Amino acid sequence: MGSGENKVVLHGMWASPYVKRVELALKIKGIPFEYVEENLRNKSPQLLKYNPVQKKVPVLVHNGKPVCESLVILEYLDEVWSTGPQLLPKEPYQRANFRFWAAYIQQLLESIFKLFNADKEAHEKPLQEVHEKLRNLEDGVKEFYFPEGSPNHISAENLGILDVMLVSVLGPFRAKEEAFSVKILDPGKNPLIFSWIQALIELPLVKEVVPPHDKMVGVLQFLKQSGFKF
Amino acid sequence: MEETGGVKLLGFWVSPFAQRVKWALKLKGIQYEYTEEDIYNKSPLVSKLNPVYGKVPVLVHNGKPISESIIILEYIDEVWKQAPLLPQDPYERAQARFWAKFAEEKVRQSVWEAVCSSGEEKQKAVKSAVEAFEEFEKELKRRGTKFFGGETIGFVDIVAGCISYQLAVHEEVGSIKILDSSKFPAISEWIKNFLNHPLINEGLPQKDQMFAYFSKRSKEIASRKMSHKTA
Repeated sequence: MGSGENKVVLHGMWASPYVKRVELALKIKGIPFEYVEENLRNKSPQLLKYNPVQKKVPVLVHNGKPVCESLVILEYLDEVWSTGPQLLPKEPYQRANFRFWAAYIQQLLESIFKLFNADKEAHEKPLQEVHEKLRNLEDGVKEFYFPEGSPNHISAENLGILDVMLVSVLGPFRAKEEAFSVKILDPGKNPLIFSWIQALIELPLVKEVVPPHDKMVGVLQFLKQSGFKF
Repeated sequence: MEETGGVKLLGFWVSPFAQRVKWALKLKGIQYEYTEEDIYNKSPLVSKLNPVYGKVPVLVHNGKPISESIIILEYIDEVWKQAPLLPQDPYERAQARFWAKFAEEKVRQSVWEAVCSSGEEKQKAVKSAVEAFEEFEKELKRRGTKFFGGETIGFVDIVAGCISYQLAVHEEVGSIKILDSSKFPAISEWIKNFLNHPLINEGLPQKDQMFAYFSKRSKEIASRKMSHKTA
């Protein structure tokens, strides 16, 4: 595959979990790409041209043609770069199962956002919702993803869509906990998810993608203070 | 290889999500056994087959359950290759997935939110719905084909298709007006063509029954919202 024939540009924003998904997927699949950092308060004309409907990041531009929506982009990457590491399994039932849990991890992120949006005094209910989703996730993936009961198989060579989704949502979990003074991920309550994300964030490939802790705490606190709705 | 394993669908008569799956199965000529679930009185089977959400539709194929309507559609398309729902080309597939997500989250959801809310919240939801319809109209016009999928019904048509037979009822229940046919000629034409297909129109719920159901359901949701606010 000649590199001249496959120009890939990712328009993103360094703190966006949706962008992180695509970034990590590109690295896992070994796809060379150019990254364009967007200032979301001053969006580039290119971004507005490539995503006129949503005007959001991430946008993947492949040979001049844009693909939008993080999960849509991940499926596109798997279909175009169909040899080498695959994000989804081949068998249809397993694919459906992985898509289900990938979508559930997105639900987890939405619950975390609800938590961020709540006033400090009203943390209890949204936090309970996050913990419930973590429990469901743990119970749901245990059987098929961690049959030995621990993330021993996690390595840079076999990362897939669920790892990508988890990194995007929980990669910076300590920064989220610090910024909002909440305990999101308790190793006592969710031992499997805790050890899973720990194994992931140790990988050099993942370290390149997860935003630096202090920078993340800073941006989350800044956004909260300015009344941003996550 | 022709799949001969048993196909079962658990659904609810008025669910737009279950209807999507029915359409896909019918368009591909797949025989299936249908079980009606009353969502106010679900059988234990629903929580057994969909422990995470406890909802319908659930497709059961060779004894294995699949939940979430759009995920079910992708599964059906992958297992049964006749009458493909998604295009072959990866870029076109990505566009279809984008517009299906848009149809579900921006078109269908905002209409329902408008029906179930009041005051300022309702106005906001109506505005969102109209904006979504405008994007949808633009895209349909740009494609210039009978359906989103081209000359035959495809993935986006099936996901968006619930508006063809439920939107008018929702507008009445919610006292809102979104689909002005003079403002949305392409969508109006699309709805006509979509409902003209015998497999699409077959067995759709009756208007008066839908009106009664959505009136009741939207009031339940509206009062739940109010109790959350005052709690």
